Order: sequence, then C-alpha cells, then structure tokens
Amino acid sequence: MSALLEVEGLTTTFPGRDGPLPIVDGNDLRVERGEVLALVGESGCGKSMTALSLMRLVPKPGKIVAGRVMLGGRNLLELPVKEMRAVRGRRVAMIFQEPMTSLNPVIRVGDQVVEAIRLHESVSRSQARARCLELFGEVGIPDPEARLDAYPHQLSGGLKQRVMIAMALSARPDLLIADEPTTALDVTIQAQIVRLLQDLQRRTGMSILLITHDLGIVNELSDRVAVMYAGRIIEVGTRPEIFRAAAHPYTQGLLRSNPVLATRGERLPEIAGVVPSPESWSEACRFATRCSRRFEPCLGEVPTATFVGDGHWAACHALAGESSEGGEP
Amino acid sequence: MLAYLVRRLTYGVGVVFGVLLFLFVLFFTVTSPDDVARKALGERVPPAVIEQWKANHGYDQPLFPGPGAWTENMLFEHYRRMLTFDFGRSDADDTPIAQRIRSGMMPSLTLTLPLFGLSLLTAIPLALLVAFFRETYIDRLGVVISVLAMSVSILLYIIGAQYVVGRLLHWFPISGFDSDPQLIVRFLALPLLVGVLAGIGGDVRFYRTVFLEESNTDYVRTARAKGCGEGRIMARHVFRNSLIPLLTRIILAIPFLFMGSLLLESFFGIPGLGAITVDAIQGNDFSVLRTMVYIGSLLFVFGQIVTDLSYGLVDPRVRLE
Repeated sequence: MSALLEVEGLTTTFPGRDGPLPIVDGNDLRVERGEVLALVGESGCGKSMTALSLMRLVPKPGKIVAGRVMLGGRNLLELPVKEMRAVRGRRVAMIFQEPMTSLNPVIRVGDQVVEAIRLHESVSRSQARARCLELFGEVGIPDPEARLDAYPHQLSGGLKQRVMIAMALSARPDLLIADEPTTALDVTIQAQIVRLLQDLQRRTGMSILLITHDLGIVNELSDRVAVMYAGRIIEVGTRPEIFRAAAHPYTQGLLRSNPVLATRGERLPEIAGVVPSPESWSEACRFATRCSRRFEPCLGEVPTATFVGDGHWAACHALAGESSEGGEP
Repeated sequence: MLAYLVRRLTYGVGVVFGVLLFLFVLFFTVTSPDDVARKALGERVPPAVIEQWKANHGYDQPLFPGPGAWTENMLFEHYRRMLTFDFGRSDADDTPIAQRIRSGMMPSLTLTLPLFGLSLLTAIPLALLVAFFRETYIDRLGVVISVLAMSVSILLYIIGAQYVVGRLLHWFPISGFDSDPQLIVRFLALPLLVGVLAGIGGDVRFYRTVFLEESNTDYVRTARAKGCGEGRIMARHVFRNSLIPLLTRIILAIPFLFMGSLLLESFFGIPGLGAITVDAIQGNDFSVLRTMVYIGSLLFVFGQIVTDLSYGLVDPRVRLE
C-alpha cells in the first residue's frame, strides 16, 4: 500500500481568551490507498476540525496555522482557492453527521447531486441526471427515479444520508471523509449505512477517513485506527492491534468503557474525570490528570511517539520509560 | 389550500371589522360630529348651521343603535359606507373622497413603485456583497455605513438633498409635480434619491443578517465540500433560502405603495395619497383620515395573505392547510 494522503504537523487554532487555542495540535496522519482509517475520540477532541482542516473548510474564526496536507504530490494547504475547489468533491469528498440539515431544503435532492456532478465534469443536465439515477441505485435508494425529484424533507434520515453518500461518490473521489456518518441515525439504519460504506469502499477501492466515537463501527469498518485526545493524536495502529493490545492508557480506558466489548453483568468501567477544555490544555501530557499510570514526567513534557508494534505507536511517557529500560519494543 | 384561504380571509374580515370599530370610537365618540362641524365651520356659528352641516354630511343620526333605529344610526352607517366603499365627502372642503383617492393614486405610484424597485435593486446586491465579504473590512465598513445611514433622520436627507442638489447644483427642481412624463422624471429625481438613501441602511443591514444566517448552515458547508465556488453558493444556495424571510418584508411592503409616502410627498409637493393623508391630519379632515386608515388596513390584510401564499412558492416544506 502507498500513502494517498499524508498529513504532517497539522495545526488549527481558534481564538481563545488568552490567545489562539490549538484545537488541532500538530498532528501527523497517513491514509493509505484503499484503506479505511478510523479517527476516534470523545466529542470535542478535535476530530471534526481535523477533517474540516483537510478540506480547508474550517469555520471562521478558526485558522489552519501550520502543517502540510499532501495529496497526489501537492500540498492542499498551499493550493490556490480555485484548485482547492477542484479537489473538494472530486479528489476528496465529505459526508457529515447531520443528514437532516446537510442537504439544501429548497432544492430537489436530484438537482443537488446533479450540481455536484456538473461542478467537476462537463456533462449535460440529462447525462448528469442519468448518472445521478445510477448513483441512487448504487447507494441503495429504493425507487430512485421518484426520489430524484423529492425534496429533502420528504426523505427519511437514512435516505438523506444515502443521498449525501451518492453526492459524495458522484465524482469518484480517492478519499471519502465520513464525519460521524451514522451518529444521527436510528440504530438499524446505522448498520445499513455502515454496510453500505463498507460495500462501496470495496467496490470502488477508495480510501475512507472515518471519524467516529463509536468503537463498534470502528471494529466493523476500519483497517487502522488513530486515537485522538484533546487535540492530539495519541495512538495509531492497525485495528486488530488497537483492539487486542492498545498501548495508551486513554485508548485502553476507551475500550474498557465500551458496552459492546465489556463483560456482561459487570459494572462498566469509566475513565475518571472529564475531558479538559481547550482553555486548560497543558503543554505536558493532556491525559495525565485522568491517567492511572501517571508519574513525574507526565506533568512536565509532551510525550513522544513510542513504537510498540509494527506500525503501532502511542505517545505515552510510561511506554517511553519501559522501552528505554529495555522492555518490549 | 382553499380551506386555508377561506380561513385566512375570515380572519382578515375580523381584523378589518375591528379596525372599523376602532375608527368609529376614535372619530365619532371621542370626537363627536358636533366637534367636527365646529372645526370645519368655526366656533362662532349658530346651532342651526351646525345641524345643517351635519345633515349634509350624514352625521345627523344617533350614534348607537336603539329601539326604532336599528339601522338609522351612525355606527351602522359607518360600517355600511366603508364596506360599500361609499366614502362620502371631505369634512374640510366637501370634495368627494373617492375622486381624491383616484386622483392621488397615480402620483403616489409614480413615486413609490420606482422607489420600491430601486431600493430592492440597490439594497439586495449590496447586502449580498457585504455578506460575501463577511468578517473582512469591507463587511465591517458596510455595517458601519449602514448604521450611520439609518441613524440619520429622513428630514435631514430631504433638506440636505433639496439644498445641495436643488439649490446649489441646480440639477433638479426642489419640489413639484407634473403629469408630463418628461417633466415627471426631473421632479421625481430628488424624492427617489432621498427615499433610496433613507431606506438603504436598514435594508442592507436586514438583508445582510438574513444572508449571513443562511451562510452558516450545514447545507452551505455541504455545497463547499462538493466544490462549489463562493459566488455560486451565494446565488444558488444562500439566496434561494433567504427568500423566505425576505418575502415577508418585501411582499408586505407592496400594498402600501398605493398609500404613497407621507413625508416624501408632502415635502416634495407630490399630490399623492401620502400628501392627502398629511393634509387631512393637519386639517382635522376626519372623513378622509378614516378612509385612508380603512384602505390601509384592507391592503395590510391582503398583503399578509399574499405573503403567506408566497411562502408555499419558495419553500417546498410549507404546505398551506
């Protein structure tokens, strides 16, 4: 596999009381060709902002202040606006958490997909409509012909998300960023959408950056997992590695507190404390205040990545200590 | 849809009846017909003359219905006349009111229709522009200028324009009106300029707010994510959705174009309905005033119904039931 997307040192700030707050704090990320990379973490840890930064769609007054986003040999952060527009939708497409509000309420859904097609390809309206019909079939919209002329409010949440997916696929993107694509949906619909994404990924070979806090979906869909906490990516590894041998105390806590993976009949363990607000993010390990394995260095400096397996690293002082003392690599 | 229309019309009739009752209380009981007659004729006239004047104007019946006078009373007459558009004569100079309205309508519309069009054509593009440059200096400058423009009294615009453009530069006549189309343009130039200037600040600010609200929605983010340019987003996604709040303001203004502009007409000597209304207020011409308020309420009710119907046209989610 070769890297499709390489992110280095991505930093996005929002103005705070005492100067800019790095909501995305110097993160590195690699998405391989044809893989599903899950970016997981609690609400407010910066995963959505990471995704929007990749698309250069960070809402004002947020600002990308540093880093590189390399796609096909070009740094997206340095592209002229016009070329970036050609990347959006065409090379990198995105679907969102809220299918209810993500479609324009006064435009027929078919026309919205047709618009997406014609933004990137010079085809006639009728050709684009035919393509749209095909796409609706591909994403499993029943009676696609009739749905073309429906308005968003006439469709259920699941159908709206399918329309969003059809729109995202319309230009055959290399990368699909799916930002909590199932969070707002009913559980049964969630499963359908997950299967659809899985199926489409296999058929088209596109890469997916899946942003979610739902470990069940991560387990079903992803090849690799990146875990984010308080603006920083703190552990990356293959899915089996993460689920079997998570190295970072936060990831371990996250897995233990998942009801799906827990042992029946036992009290569900939780991670003590709450996620710190960006105003109080420290320059040391940001998980230190909640960590059961905390020792002196944790409060002093930022932990660096320690490799604990093949392509599996975590940023934790405890691990760095172990390896320097000659423990497991 | 039909049921909705019937229901709205019924409410509308209720509103108009209420307005008429309010007018009756104000212009017949608070100020009695005797007061009106004395205002028209002067304080020192013999009672016989006053009775004669009241008889001529149809004010000589008892005010309220009573035994033997269920229809021969002022309240009934007031409703009957207004609802049949039999407005009678002016209290001040005895001219038929219907004729004055007919003659005042055209001058009013020649002022208010172009003013309405020009205001929309300047304020909406300016607001789109300012919203397009949101959170830049252009936007901030636009807001500051808008607030300044709306803070200045319209009287200052009128006097300023008359002084600078009319008196110093001699570009256009200071006031007046003519039915000759070529002269009309010269006479209307100043009131149009003043009307647009006085309204544009508030309009731009209102439209900008609406456009900005739409610019921050999820579907605009979706449009950006699929590669839409900002201009296209403004024109196709933001503007279409903004029409819903904009229509309320715009369509509701249309009926009032018939009523003319009170200040512009009286200051620029345009013999329209606005000037007639101002004259009626100053001259205690209550019969004219009643008629104008009544027509205004009819237009308002009509405008509201049209506004509601128009929602159904621009917003597919709205179903009128």
